[in-house]
Amino acid sequence: MPSPRTSPSARTSPSPRTLRVIGAGFGATVQDLGRPGHAALGVSPSGAADPRSLRLANRLVGNHEDAAGIEAPYGGLVLEAGRHTTVALAGPPCPARVGRRAVDTHAPVLLAPGERLTVGSPVHGLRVYLAVRGGIDVPPVLGSRSTDTLSGLGPARLAPGDLLPVGTRTAHWPAADLAPERPFPAEPVLRIVPGPRDDWFTPEARTALCTARYTVTSRSDRIGIRLDGPALTRARPGELPSEAALPGALQVPPDGRPILFLTDHPVTGGYPVIATVHEDDLRLAAQTRPGRTLRFRMI
Amino acid sequence: MRVLPYGTRAVLVEVEDLDRAARLHAALLDDPPPGTGELVPAARTVLVHYDPARTDPARLGAALRALDLRAAPAAGAAPVTIEVRYDGEDLAEIGRLTGLTPAQVVARHTAAAYRVAFCGFAPGFAYLTGVDPALRVPRRAAPRTRVPAGAVALADEFTGVYPRESPGGWQLLGTTRHPLWDPSADPPTPLTPGTAVRFTAV
Repeated sequence: MPSPRTSPSARTSPSPRTLRVIGAGFGATVQDLGRPGHAALGVSPSGAADPRSLRLANRLVGNHEDAAGIEAPYGGLVLEAGRHTTVALAGPPCPARVGRRAVDTHAPVLLAPGERLTVGSPVHGLRVYLAVRGGIDVPPVLGSRSTDTLSGLGPARLAPGDLLPVGTRTAHWPAADLAPERPFPAEPVLRIVPGPRDDWFTPEARTALCTARYTVTSRSDRIGIRLDGPALTRARPGELPSEAALPGALQVPPDGRPILFLTDHPVTGGYPVIATVHEDDLRLAAQTRPGRTLRFRMI
Repeated sequence: MRVLPYGTRAVLVEVEDLDRAARLHAALLDDPPPGTGELVPAARTVLVHYDPARTDPARLGAALRALDLRAAPAAGAAPVTIEVRYDGEDLAEIGRLTGLTPAQVVARHTAAAYRVAFCGFAPGFAYLTGVDPALRVPRRAAPRTRVPAGAVALADEFTGVYPRESPGGWQLLGTTRHPLWDPSADPPTPLTPGTAVRFTAV
């Protein structure tokens, strides 16, 4: 299905500086480092759920780290180059090929005009990142090219037929042509700090949070990770007036199953937050596949 | 005032009521303590981001407690007047809940002076305070799956305008064509926290 955003003339004679989306996988989006600073107007920070992997992919193609790339949950991308284009994949290792030739992740890959890059699914981890030299040059909204899946800001989710403009802003040629792959832990342990509403919960709930295993459910996305495990029971009843939330907040709705807010989270929420995940560990949460478990450790 | 750590780079400052939260937000905008960054006001709280290399919750708490919250917040941006067609689906229900006629509901809604307390729920959705106590109504028991853009609504101590089509549980008073969300503008909404607002019937 051609995307409504793609004009027929552009589809038949693509401008050279483009990547054509042949396959968009499972909800791939354009992401950069987000649009922080607008929470007081109701706008989520958005941006890559695993910013370290996007930054690495950008460095491998000689971009500034804040260039826009593609975030592809479960991989599954197929892209066609308009002309000679350098791309790199980072995040969890996954099978990838150009035509029939297997290529490495965590290394720059040169695509000739008309060549197709096919990205498979990672075995461990979840979100694969693709950077293109020059960056994806869709129009910025409030200073960012990121898709905010909660509020609908930024470009729509990728769809087959989309033509992604490739920019010209680069940093320098990369100093390295291969980055060591860092395996994602089978069961990540996320550092947390208490609060701000830990006093709304029983001591048993606070203990359970730091000792139990929590399973990432399939009802998880860029807004939040819904966790299954011991219910966290409240020490006090009542409603909490809406208050600001942060990425990493472990918000507990009345059923007691925590929701770990990720980058597209609502900026205010009405459920108490028992603890907050350290910002450096959020990428590990974002890379934990549904069905896998994770644990929390209080610091 | 309670200063609650939130992660390792922010504190949630809790005060007694909405009015105090607005005063605290205005005072922080006016005279930000060293090392503080983004502020996010809400119903009883202001979230204060800080640079941990420059300050910490203890120092921040001392600076926050030293702020003078007695003065009412000065009007920030220019006052905004929003023209409303009072044809909302819940106008009769609001009358039933408040014991007022629809005309009295409209008269009381247009007579009051409002202020943006905070934004949330969706980009550009502003929670306006100053609602006549006689117009306090609960949220609908079952939220609508689709509220049209420009719907003017009431719930509890707040009134507001849905900036774009979305689900919503507030009671619908009417509609406006006033532009409320333009991501290419800076700021993208005229209804920033602290802004004074009035409604007029058309």
